[in-house]
Amino acid sequence: MAIILEVRDLKTRFYTVDGVVHAVNGVSFDLAKGETLAIVGESGSGKSVSVMSLLRLIPMPPGRIESGQALFYGSDGPKDLLRLSQKELRDIRGGAIGFVFQDPATSLNPILTVGEQIIEIITRHLHLSRHEARERALQLLASVGIPDPEVRLGCYPFQLSGGMRQRVMIAIAIACNPQIVIADEPTTALDVTVQAQIVELFKRLRQELGMALIWITHDLGIVAGLADRVMVMYGGRPAEVALVDELYDHPLHPYTIGLLGALPRLDVDESRRLVSIRGTPPDLMIPIQHCPFAWRCDYAFPRCWEEIPPLVEVRPKHMAACFFDIERGEPRHDGN
Amino acid sequence: MLRYFLIRLGQSLALMFGVLLLVFMMLRVTGDPAALMLPREASAAEIEAFRERMGFNRPIIVQFVDFLSKAVVGDFGESLHFRTPAMTLVTQRLPATVELAATGLLFAVLIGVPIGMMGGLKPGSAADSLARLLALMGQSIPNFWLAMLMILFFGVQLRWFPTFGRGAWNSVVMPAFVLGLPVMGQIVRLTRSTVLEIRSEDFVRTAYSKGLEPPVIYLKHILRNASIPIISVIGVQFGYMLGGSIYIETIFAWPGMGQLLQLAIGWRDFPLVQAIAIFTSTVVIALNLLTDLVYAIIDPRIRYGF
Repeated sequence: MAIILEVRDLKTRFYTVDGVVHAVNGVSFDLAKGETLAIVGESGSGKSVSVMSLLRLIPMPPGRIESGQALFYGSDGPKDLLRLSQKELRDIRGGAIGFVFQDPATSLNPILTVGEQIIEIITRHLHLSRHEARERALQLLASVGIPDPEVRLGCYPFQLSGGMRQRVMIAIAIACNPQIVIADEPTTALDVTVQAQIVELFKRLRQELGMALIWITHDLGIVAGLADRVMVMYGGRPAEVALVDELYDHPLHPYTIGLLGALPRLDVDESRRLVSIRGTPPDLMIPIQHCPFAWRCDYAFPRCWEEIPPLVEVRPKHMAACFFDIERGEPRHDGN
Repeated sequence: MLRYFLIRLGQSLALMFGVLLLVFMMLRVTGDPAALMLPREASAAEIEAFRERMGFNRPIIVQFVDFLSKAVVGDFGESLHFRTPAMTLVTQRLPATVELAATGLLFAVLIGVPIGMMGGLKPGSAADSLARLLALMGQSIPNFWLAMLMILFFGVQLRWFPTFGRGAWNSVVMPAFVLGLPVMGQIVRLTRSTVLEIRSEDFVRTAYSKGLEPPVIYLKHILRNASIPIISVIGVQFGYMLGGSIYIETIFAWPGMGQLLQLAIGWRDFPLVQAIAIFTSTVVIALNLLTDLVYAIIDPRIRYGF
């Protein structure tokens, strides 16, 4: 499948008064056209920062993108997002790449109508008249499942429920026919029943519009029925990347195994204790020169404390950054 | 919206009643009004005649009803000094004070808001240093001292502006600048801190993620949300400014209400002082009501009663 986004060795740091936070320490991944990639990790794993860095949507300063490349294969050839001018970047933000954020209660402007917030992005990118933009906004509201769009268009965000607000955010994200939609924990702030509705909505829109989707979450449970591929992140680095079924069936990184063990399952009969991962995530203030998971890992051996494990393809289309061969129960000897 | 407006209007009227009551009491309940209003050497017969003429010998409640019914039509009695209706004297002075206050406010807002915004959008930049310096200076320089320095330098040395009075078009420049400076300082500081806070709100990130142009984000998304506290300060300060500034009108011999008030106090012209106090209070209350209405126009959450 054709690649739409190719990220290589992205590094982002935050220069705060307390010190340098090494938030993203070399992230590489590809995204195919129409594909859904889930990026999974706990708080502070760098999952949001790595994706927001691509379009410079992190606060700068204190944030700084230290290195990397992010080739976007848009309609007019590949462009490195990290090296675009501010003007070119603005054309892509909201145009070719749409965003949905975590908390719809704070992500919408409280004093502008829903209609205004949708129309402004349409007139910015699609060169439609205000009247045409309004027509399109009505269609968008209908397509994200908002009843009575004509009335809702004149509503303010505080007059809508959380689920409705998130639908408005989604309407904004897809308003200009993006090739990629980036959803940063779009269901975290919502009720469980509403979460399911939003996931279903994304599945439908993805099919209708053929867009690629990057879904950032800490919830492996949501990922199963939604994503094509999963990237698990830990300490600002990818720990494991695999197709979704492959990842659930053959997790290769001890961290992924830990995450799956912490997940409640309905399909397993026996009553099973949920297992938590001992310890806490690494302190990103200190640059780490070994495996960032070594402190918490049951399989760590001396090499894990000496080098950073690279991300290598262990099984077909399945990459992991670990020196230990879980399947054989011994350290790898294949040169990695 | 109508309910909100009616509640605010009711509160304003209650407040107005309180002000009238207070002003009425100051003269009649805290001592003998005849003794306050007449010269010290007045004879007992003169005082009695005065009481009779002013109605001070009637029951206090009757006097208050009489006072109220006259107050609502703007009748506060005759000035003891000029022997003309006090309210007419106030309204004669009004244009000069409005000119001064409006010019001063315009200057404070037109300079204060953009500089405060630049500071809040780029903290730590050169523009921010300027904003913080202006805020500090505006709020700490004593304006009577600045007024005298300006008269010496721009009036006497450079002869750019008249040193006193209200005459040529440019006579308003110096007093308005001095009057507006502390307000500008306050507006700079408030705009800066509010913009700084709102700049990092989630919805501003959303605005950036839509690819909107920076001026649109700054004005439509940030400034509009920051404008509520700024407008409330503008409302309150304009109220004070319209009351007339005693210092500045006196230093620049500006023929406004502040100067009139200073003279009236000197002459012990009680009806005139009363008229100015009530007029000024009315203006402040009316401006507060107006400010509340502007809030509702800007923020739908207030309009819909959230």
